[in-house]
Amino acid sequence: MSGHVSPVSLYITIFMALMVLTAATVGAAFVDLGQFNFLVAMIIAGFKASLVIWYFMHVKYASNLTKLTVATGLFFLAILLGLFLVDYGSKALTPMLPPLS
Amino acid sequence: MSNAVVHAGGHGHAHAEHPALQHHFDTMGQQKEAAVVGMWVFLLTEILFFGGLFAAYMVYRIWYFDAFAEASRSLSLFWGGLNTAVLIGSSLTMAMAVRCAQTNKRIATVNWLVLTMILGTVFLGVKVIEYADKFEHHHVPGYNFQWAEAHEAPVAGAEHAPSAEVAVAEGHRELSLNADQLQLTTQIYFSLYFTMTGLHALHMIIGIGIMLVITWMAWKGRFDEQYYTPVEMAGLYWHFVDIVWIFLFPLLYLVERHV
Repeated sequence: MSGHVSPVSLYITIFMALMVLTAATVGAAFVDLGQFNFLVAMIIAGFKASLVIWYFMHVKYASNLTKLTVATGLFFLAILLGLFLVDYGSKALTPMLPPLS
Repeated sequence: MSNAVVHAGGHGHAHAEHPALQHHFDTMGQQKEAAVVGMWVFLLTEILFFGGLFAAYMVYRIWYFDAFAEASRSLSLFWGGLNTAVLIGSSLTMAMAVRCAQTNKRIATVNWLVLTMILGTVFLGVKVIEYADKFEHHHVPGYNFQWAEAHEAPVAGAEHAPSAEVAVAEGHRELSLNADQLQLTTQIYFSLYFTMTGLHALHMIIGIGIMLVITWMAWKGRFDEQYYTPVEMAGLYWHFVDIVWIFLFPLLYLVERHV
């Protein structure tokens, strides 16, 4: 029982997409989008990461158990970053920023 | 074949047991599934490991955005971009190595693995160039850290050296932090820079070490289309390291480039 063998053309396509997206993230950084610069950079990075996970790491062809395992990790990462920022964000209401000498 | 008794009437035992099949697994497929899930569980701990650093980065970036923007502009976009391309390329060669192992191409597997290791070494070489540059410019956190360049550093006895005016003169927007505050807060950025890229580089060194073993095993003919799990696991690890860099690159190099 061997795993799914992806065609070489798929890997080349994913590689090209990753390179184009890298150029896109650099290009987007030089455009003043205000607060959205960060959001755009993270959306592009998230999309690149998804391509790597889905095709290079074969999660697309993996079992539901493996897919659930991957999703669990991303879920807990979301909790870590989300609640962390909610915590620190709400503290901005009080003088929280450490004083600079 | 004791399994044949348990699985009487089942299929998949037409041929002799694969030598790589451990006695506590019924089939090669089951054995591979266990390895894949186990590897992903390990990678999840790694995601949360780096996640803690990303969380620390986020808070300090929000607090001292101007310092992060200024410090980020001092990084070389050329080296950072080149390294991103090199690492994405190494992910492609790694995927090809796994594919060749799946299709039982021994020499091709070894060649793709060697190419992946070469690209990984190129990445680390570029990182050495970048780190050396940081040491030269006193951008390494610690006693000798000095944010302002020597020629624009406050002269002893001078009343003040408003970096905001310097920045505006250079065509940048006015910063909310003065020279002393930048000296403190850019150090936080570089602490995170060295911790995150250093931890990432350590993972790359470990990855190359793993690949050396895998390459040797492939050369010895340990793998075939039934059993290539070690190559696939090394691939998962390498792609994970690539993903970390996919996020590190915009976070560290592209904080605010448009001014």
